[in-house]
Amino acid sequence: MANPSAVCNGHLHYHHKQNNLLKSGISKKNGVTKGIKKNGVSNGSLSKKAFIEHFEQAPMYVAVLTFVGFGVGTIFGYLRDFMRAWGLEKRNIATEREQQKDFVPLYQDFENFYTRNLYMRIRDNWNRPICSVPGPQFDLMERVTDDYNWTFRFTGRTIKNVINMGSYNYLGFAETDANALKTVAKELEKYGTGICSTRQEMGTLDKHIELEKLVARFLGVEDAMVFGMGFATNSMNIPALVGKGCLILSDELNHTSLVLGARLSGATIRIFKHNNIQSLESLLKDAIIYGQPRSRRAWRKIIILVEGIYSMEGSIVRLPEIVSLKRKYKAYLYLDEAHSIGAVGATGRGVVEYFGMNPDDVDVLMGTFTKSFGAAGGYIAGKKDLVDFLRTHSHSAVYATSMCPPVAEQIIRAMKCLMGLDGTTQGLQRVQKLGKNTRYFRRRLHEMGFIIYGNDDSPVVPLLLFMPGKIGAFARRMLEKNIGVVVVGFPATPITESRARFCVSAAHTREMLDTVLNALDELGDFLQLKYSRYSKSAHPELYEETRFELDD
Amino acid sequence: SLQEKEELIEEWQPEPLVPPVSKDHPALNYNIVSGPPTHKITVNGKECINFASFNFLGLLDNEKVKNAAQASLKKYGVGTCGPRGFYGTFDVHLELEERLAKFMRTEEAIIYSYGFATIASAIPAYSKRGDIVFVDEAACFAIQKGLQASRSNIKLFKHNDMTHLEQLLKEQEAEDQKNPRKARVTRRFIVVEGLYMNTGDICPLPELIKLKYKYKVRIFLEESLSFGVLGEHGRGITEHFGVNIDDIDLISANMENSLASIGGFCCGRSFVIDHQRLSGQGYCFSASLPPLLAAAAIEALNIMEDNPDVFQTLQEKCKRIHRALQGISGFKVVGEPFSPALHLQLEESCGSRENDVKLLKRVVDYCMNNGIALTQARYLEKEEKCLPPPSIRVVITVEQTEQELDRAASLIKEAAQSVLN
Repeated sequence: MANPSAVCNGHLHYHHKQNNLLKSGISKKNGVTKGIKKNGVSNGSLSKKAFIEHFEQAPMYVAVLTFVGFGVGTIFGYLRDFMRAWGLEKRNIATEREQQKDFVPLYQDFENFYTRNLYMRIRDNWNRPICSVPGPQFDLMERVTDDYNWTFRFTGRTIKNVINMGSYNYLGFAETDANALKTVAKELEKYGTGICSTRQEMGTLDKHIELEKLVARFLGVEDAMVFGMGFATNSMNIPALVGKGCLILSDELNHTSLVLGARLSGATIRIFKHNNIQSLESLLKDAIIYGQPRSRRAWRKIIILVEGIYSMEGSIVRLPEIVSLKRKYKAYLYLDEAHSIGAVGATGRGVVEYFGMNPDDVDVLMGTFTKSFGAAGGYIAGKKDLVDFLRTHSHSAVYATSMCPPVAEQIIRAMKCLMGLDGTTQGLQRVQKLGKNTRYFRRRLHEMGFIIYGNDDSPVVPLLLFMPGKIGAFARRMLEKNIGVVVVGFPATPITESRARFCVSAAHTREMLDTVLNALDELGDFLQLKYSRYSKSAHPELYEETRFELDD
Repeated sequence: SLQEKEELIEEWQPEPLVPPVSKDHPALNYNIVSGPPTHKITVNGKECINFASFNFLGLLDNEKVKNAAQASLKKYGVGTCGPRGFYGTFDVHLELEERLAKFMRTEEAIIYSYGFATIASAIPAYSKRGDIVFVDEAACFAIQKGLQASRSNIKLFKHNDMTHLEQLLKEQEAEDQKNPRKARVTRRFIVVEGLYMNTGDICPLPELIKLKYKYKVRIFLEESLSFGVLGEHGRGITEHFGVNIDDIDLISANMENSLASIGGFCCGRSFVIDHQRLSGQGYCFSASLPPLLAAAAIEALNIMEDNPDVFQTLQEKCKRIHRALQGISGFKVVGEPFSPALHLQLEESCGSRENDVKLLKRVVDYCMNNGIALTQARYLEKEEKCLPPPSIRVVITVEQTEQELDRAASLIKEAAQSVLN
């Protein structure tokens, strides 16, 4: 076989000698699948993956109660609507103008049913305004409502030093330390805040060229291009790369920007189950064998869209398997590292480094600077041909403003810090601190008995709440204890799987994490959130013994 | 059979990921600006007067704006690390939204973190599959992408041609009679721009309002170029024509032109705008605007409110250069006299678009070598619905003095003569 890791029926077979590609793998012998640990590097993310899938089943009574909760909410919703329609209850929502009453209504009543009746009740847990830097602690503006969340009023007081478990501040670069920001302040003084032109007209500054070279160097690729907004990077470049007659294979849980970019491109989209290699392989096989749906012609290109870390699940993409699939079937891989760049990997270079792979294996490396670098914007990196093509054909280069110079400077200084170019080891320390914090946090939550999704190394920690009533209660009580959390429900997640999502940061100290964990412990008992039936003991080496079998 | 399948898989060859781009593609060698793109700009090493950046009110270099941004930098850092729903809402965002709503005299405003994404997210939030949208042909690319994302039926009407629009509306009405049930649930919209970026024209707003009430369609107005330019106080085309702002359902603009910041906003009645807070994709799923840019925009608004005579000055300068550029042989000036972004198109094309582009490039190079920075208007040829002819973009800002305007006009005349003859 030409490939060192060949794919057959969706399972990977490895030659033990060629272990420079992977740190751990799965070997199939006599139908028994087990994880192999090589050279003491226990980065067994792939073997751990199978372990975590276990947690997805909540106890049956929980699922039933969740549905009951939504049912009660819906019944009351209908009751309220009825009362509002008959004037028994005050209408709080804004209405159409008198002169336009006979126009076709702008919103269908049913579309807003969920918003009006279920979301409004717990609306105070979102859009909470803050008035300080979004670091490990922040100051929240105190908001009260007089009419059950229809309108809010600011009391003028601020709640100080709330522990921030919601902002995407993985490496702690959202800081106001004057020393750290002095280059940014200088560039702001020199350049101002606006650009007022597009990249191709008069908007390419020397700052952008510097930034692009640095990004390419950081990732280890030939060239890179930066854009002003992360969301727009996806939605404007995917249509430039694929068009009609191409096939896009996209993961079930991809972010809205990827879905929008795929739809705008006009290519055919097929969805494979989340992180499921068999599903992806069968789609690839069918695509090549049967061609386009009606004309049976061959597809022009096949692109696989995946993310590095999925923000709602906390799972990491199975990169080695996908790369070997892509090599076998000659497809192209587009990797969106919005959450994983800077957050995983030994030196913070993303999932490619985490799995020990070569950046050339991925055709299009995309990422954003909003999360780990504390700035705004996105980039696409890869071979020089790809980037040159994007410079000429990307929608963003021709019609959208380029990135603002102080923001570019913030990214430059954060990247230099990460790469160690500023002379300190601060960057590496941050990455290691993040890893330590993540593992500690996840381990303690497992021990307490909560259901956590995702990979043990991902700093995104979703904690399952399931029932709709608990969403509001959880977030409000955590705020009373001075901890700010993010809760998500339907429609961002499946209807039965509402969750609270924690984002661990390198700037969190051990004391802060302990405060949060203690609060979670208390609240977990009070709200009965500890659904897990498999609580992990504190001594894994004792029960993992069965995995050490003799090879050959 | 399995054997055949394996063979098919082996044989299939995809296209290369990207087609190769020739080295002398005009967009690949772009102008590199060293230093800030202000009134005096250093392009490719040469110092020129800037006639290419949309810095209409000269606020890019303003000290007060920069100081406000510095103060915000000290307090908030650079990024917001989160979307609006998850602790990404800062008090500066709320303040900016209130100020914009007050300035435009509407009930509410909503801010996006990128200008392109503003209209491209606003349109699909209201118009879904099955709805009908009447769009002007010369609408900019962001509007086209918003319409494409909304999957609605799109009907293009000729640029600024109200009779054609009325004809289309009448046809639609006839269709509605045939199927009244469906007509009761299909929403109808007209999307127009205040000052068109592609042609420099203004849209006939009063007639549009009449058509709105006659045929019961809602109007979405895109004011990226006219915000901060038209009207006595810079409120845009509604002030220019004296139209009641409540008659327009949604006004969308980007802050990247007059306000010299980054981002965009939509304003209108709460009934309309509040919907975007849950269904505008660029709002819900994207990080919010960095606070230093929001603070810069607030300061810029303050300056706009304090000096209302700057708009009059800008319009005088536009009229002056419009007059000066008339009568250049080989070029025709496209755009209204008071539009700060004009186009200079070739009177007769040389045959192919490529040759036109090359010719215009020589004119632009000549001007740049002599100290006036101009640029060609760039388009994506294959993606635009109605591709405008190649042209040179001339942008007038309030910082340009009268001598500079005259010099630019005479230099363009010289360039035209030397290159086209």
